[in-house]
This record gives sequence, structure tokens and C-alpha cells, in this order.
Amino acid sequence: MKTLEEAKQEITDEFGLFDDWLDRYEYLISLGKNLEPYPESAKTDDKLIKGCQSRVWLDWKVEDGKMYFSADSDAIITKGIISLLVSVYSGRTPAEIAGDDFAFLDEIGLRENLSPTRSNGLVSMISTIRTAASRQLS
Amino acid sequence: MNQIEFIRSQFPQLGEKVYGKDLVYLDNAATSLRPRSVVQKWEEMSLRYNSNLHRAVHRIAQLATEEYEATREAVRAFINAESASEIVFTYGATASLNLVAFCFGEAFVSEGDEILVSEAEHHSNIVPWQLMCERKGAVVKVLPVDERGELRLDLLPSLITPRTKLVCVSHISNVLGIVNPLKQIVNICHSMNCPVLTDGAQGIVHEDVDVRETGCDFYVFSGHKLFAAPGTGVLYAKRSFLDSFPPYMGGGEMIDTVRWSGTTYALPPHKFEAGTQNISGTPTLVPAIEMAEALRQNEIDQLQTALRDYVSSELKAISGLRIFGEPCSDENKIPLFSFSVEGAHHEDLALLLDKMGVAVRSGQMCAEPLMDRFGVTGMLRASFAPYNTMQEAEYFIASLRKAITMLRG
Repeated sequence: MKTLEEAKQEITDEFGLFDDWLDRYEYLISLGKNLEPYPESAKTDDKLIKGCQSRVWLDWKVEDGKMYFSADSDAIITKGIISLLVSVYSGRTPAEIAGDDFAFLDEIGLRENLSPTRSNGLVSMISTIRTAASRQLS
Repeated sequence: MNQIEFIRSQFPQLGEKVYGKDLVYLDNAATSLRPRSVVQKWEEMSLRYNSNLHRAVHRIAQLATEEYEATREAVRAFINAESASEIVFTYGATASLNLVAFCFGEAFVSEGDEILVSEAEHHSNIVPWQLMCERKGAVVKVLPVDERGELRLDLLPSLITPRTKLVCVSHISNVLGIVNPLKQIVNICHSMNCPVLTDGAQGIVHEDVDVRETGCDFYVFSGHKLFAAPGTGVLYAKRSFLDSFPPYMGGGEMIDTVRWSGTTYALPPHKFEAGTQNISGTPTLVPAIEMAEALRQNEIDQLQTALRDYVSSELKAISGLRIFGEPCSDENKIPLFSFSVEGAHHEDLALLLDKMGVAVRSGQMCAEPLMDRFGVTGMLRASFAPYNTMQEAEYFIASLRKAITMLRG
């Protein structure tokens, strides 16, 4: 398995290939469509992330000391974004996740290129993942 | 330069680029763009005539006061109110609605009374009534819309009871873009001794407003949707209501005399204008009204109708697209389209359109009850202004089709 740094670098490189934001969105859309199915039964209010214009559900489990995330959204671009986070942070230890700065999202321009409401949604996604990891540590 | 080109040249933001593409601004229902004349007036009031109003005897104060009161007269004439004393300046439609909700509640509403509010209202014309009713032990009742988005006026007479103190409807809904038949509504309500408040935030931009002809008791609007400076707004209220209203906010300028033993108040409208007013912004309503009137000339009006019909038929041609707000008669629709698209979330569409240079609105548009009514979590809204061109409309439709294809893939 790739290290956390390798996984982030891979995405940064991938995004660097696109000149146009529409192409980046095209890529996010394809990621969103390929995200592993999320069980309908887990679409509960406690798994709903606040602060997004679309609905985003995020769930996780811990196996052998590593965290595994699953997610869904009714909007496909949001789904693509959360799929990036799921793929980068699944299979990491809580310490790795809690200690990460999530700065690659800035590097690929995701934060600045989303509307404020969307950016808030991204912030909420990140803080949900971080909080989940921190809880495992305490 | 033809007329539309001349008008566009007055709105410099139309020449902006976003992500290297020409901006196509279709979020006019949220706020209009500002013409040069409005900015020039604001600058003049700030850099030359900055002084507080009604207070000092010096020359600049006198000039500033004259500008402010001349604005009141211009607004009066624009909506054909009987007297300038019926025009209260506020910071926007929201402020005007809160003012009426508070004062009307204090003056006329008691436990068990009812306020009838249409289902198609912006939160600004819902929440102030809920707050007031909660305070007074009164009840907010709902006048529903039908599947087309038209008000169920057939139900109106039966919804007005002896306890109904006020009926609140928008002139034009910010989601549905349907022009409500104000005069008919007022006639029904008045025949049952019930006054009518109209939220004209959208209506004032698109329709000629004559408050005496329609007979509505209150008409409110914001300056910023009508090309004027943000933080400006108008409350029109029949003088008899203003006379019976208690003060809203206390402070400077709204008083007659202040004594520890008790204070007496100024006459309307100043009674409702406590504290330092928007002395730079409010006078921009004058050039804004001039612009609104210029935009109602025949040639531009015809362009608007053609543009509305084009967008309407193009949207209807897209499979799985549902328009919310389809009145029986096209005459009653402004070029404002809220819709949902099967297989394409409104937020995704807005993000993709943004990257193509098209500014539209997505989400609940401050009208959650209406979203619930139509069973959607949100909609996409494209709202056109008279300075938008057919070319922009065509680019919007092409961009929308491209975005839908990307998302449905």
C-alpha cells in the first residue's frame, strides 16, 4: 500500500495534468461515479455532514488499528471530492490522520476553486475525518 | 451603439471575466449589478455632501438633507404613493418587513389572531411574522400555491377569518418568477376588511408599481436589487397605518421631545428612521429609479419578452428538466427560471456553469417551505435582467446542456 505522502502526491500530480477547471471537474465526476456504494441504511442524520449545500454522509470503521472510511453524496462533484478523501485517508492509523495537515487540497486548488458554501462543506468533511481520528486516539 | 449596448456600457461589471471567460451574470434576483450613475451618486454624497441629516444649520447639512428628502419624493412618484410621508427608508426589504411585523403586531395583533402568508414567500416574509406571532400568541396560516406555482386564490376567501389581521404576499416570488394579481388579491382581502402587505423585492424591478391603483396597504423593496446601493430599502405604508404604529427603534431624529418624564415622537416617516441613516446610499435610489425607468422602454421590454420565451422553450426541450413556476399565461412570468434536472444535482450544475463563466444560484433560495412544497432539496435558478442579451441566453443554454451531459455522462 502507498504511504500517505505517496497517495497525496499521486493526486496532486493527477490534478497537475489538467489545464482547465472543467477537466478537473470531469475527473472529480468520474471519481464520484466510481465511489464504492454506500449502504442506504447508513444514510442517517448522525452521519450527515453539516455545512454542505448538498447532502454528504460519512461513515468509518476501525480494523487492526486502521481507519476505513465510506461516504456518499447526492451531488456528484461533492461525491468526487469526498472520494478523494476516502481514498487518501482509508487504511491509515488514527495518529497519521490526526497529524496530517490536509494541505494537498490547497495545492490542487480545490479549496479556492469551490464557492464559499462548498468550501465550507469541504472544511466540514475534513474536520469530521480529523475529529473521528482524534477520538480514536483519546 | 444601439440602446441595449448603451445600457450595457453603463454596467461595467458586465465586462468582467471569470476563469478567463466572459461573465454571464444571471443571478439578478439575488442582487442586480450597479450602473455608473449609482456609483457616481454614492461618491458624490460621500465626497462632497457628507453630513448628517435634518440636524445642523450649515450648508452641507442642508444639501444632504435636500438630497435625502428629494429621494423620498422620487420614490413616492415611482410607486405613485399619495404622500412622501408614507415612504420610510430602511436598510432593505428585510428591515422593512421586520419593522412592519413588529409595529403591526404591537398595534393590532393579540392572542389567537392570524396572519395569512403565502407559501411562495422568501424567508424574509415568513420569519418576521413567526417571531411576532410567537410573541403575541398569534398564528401564521398559509395560503398555498398550486402545481404551477400560482397562488390558490380560490381558497383565499375561506382562509381569511374574522381573526385574520393581515395577508402577506409577494408581488413576484423570487423562486417562481410569477407575477401575482395584486389588485385582485387586495380586492378580495379588502372586501373582508383585511389589509395586505406586498413584498416587492422582485416586483419593483420588473413591474410598474402603482400602490394607489392596486390599493395595497404596505409595499416593501430593497435598493440593491433595483440597481441602487446595498443597504438601502423602502417601506411604503398607508399613512393611517404609520399614524397608528408605535415606534420601532428609539434613537436620534425619531423624537419630538425627550424628557425623563416621558418622550414624544416625530411624525411619520421620521418617527421610523432612528439614528444616522444611510446618507450616502439612499440618494442612489434616484439614479437607480431613472435606470429602472429607462429599462422599461419598449425596445428593451420586447427584448426581455423574446428572451423569456426563448429560455422557456429551450429549457422545456431538455429531457428530465422540470421548471417550477409555470403560470397559465406567459404574460405573468418574468425571465426568472428555477428548475431541477433529473440526474444532475443543482449544486453540481451551478459549479460547472460557474467554471463556464455563468453565474446562477443553486440551493433553497431562502424559500425552504416552497422547496418542501415541491419535494426538492434545492433548485437551480437563472434570473435575467434587462441588460442581459439574447447571446448570453444562448450561451447559458449551451453551457447548461454541456454541464448536464458531463454529469449524466
